[in-house]
Amino acid sequence: MPVFHKTKVLTDVPMHYCPGCTHGVVHRLVAECLEELGVAGKTIGVAPVGCAVFAYNYFNLDMAEAAHGRAPAMATGIKRVRPECVVFAYQGDGDLASIGAAETVHAAARGENITVIFINNGIYGMTGGQMAPTTLIGAKATTCPYGRDPKVNGYPVRVSEMLAQLDGPSYIARVSTHNARAVLDAKKHIRRAFEKQIEGKGFALVEVLTGCPTNWAMSPVDALKYVEEQVIPYYPLGVYKDTDKEVR
Amino acid sequence: MPKAKIKKEVCKGCGLCVVNCPKKILKLTEREINAMGYNYCQVSDPEACIGCAMCAAICPDCAIDVD
Repeated sequence: MPVFHKTKVLTDVPMHYCPGCTHGVVHRLVAECLEELGVAGKTIGVAPVGCAVFAYNYFNLDMAEAAHGRAPAMATGIKRVRPECVVFAYQGDGDLASIGAAETVHAAARGENITVIFINNGIYGMTGGQMAPTTLIGAKATTCPYGRDPKVNGYPVRVSEMLAQLDGPSYIARVSTHNARAVLDAKKHIRRAFEKQIEGKGFALVEVLTGCPTNWAMSPVDALKYVEEQVIPYYPLGVYKDTDKEVR
Repeated sequence: MPKAKIKKEVCKGCGLCVVNCPKKILKLTEREINAMGYNYCQVSDPEACIGCAMCAAICPDCAIDVD
């Protein structure tokens, strides 16, 4: 009996992501959740601008490509026109937390019945390693080569905590992909976020901490070790909001 | 018992499976490369594989089947 096979909701196109980038893991988790929930045939995804810009090549789903940061706005439109479909936006941190911050906050505040998968690697990956709103204090990027200084660059944004203050969202969680156990745990939260949408409960967001070995200038193994030791203490894992039960 | 099978042409040699394998039986090749130019992953001791699929869970490129 097969224990693990690649899901049919992902295509056989080789992913363009750098070796050790856990974008591929999150793609697979989303695809597996949709397959298990039996909604892959009526799902519409919205790809962002960023490293995941070619996500529409990798998901065997109906996909749309949004302008930079506008994925939640586009997903809102798709969901309102086709309320029977499952609609999700897949975004990185430069996309969601910087240029798309307004779209994200207001989609959450309106409680739009969509699911957002938010990849937080603390850097702009595709454009060459610039500082993102989520870059940690002291972390180097091409636009802060001596490390992020709060006096000049301000402080990192904790998106999950920020959105959890709003009344609109039904589910906000932060998960990680730093080892196999964390990945298995992440899948439960991603699945829950899609279940919320299917139940019509409203906006659900799962923030996934990933590594960026290329722009952090680390090996893939060291990058995920960095996530575990440095990133998780600043961005604690857990469920920040769940309208079905009390958290924290 | 299910065993890990690596699709060597899909592997990018990131080594995440190597550190996540509880039996420590996955190794990257030292000299051989695949068509993409990466040192790919191999199962050094197939008999010791317990089929836990931890390698498949962390593999970003779905390069590992377990069956």
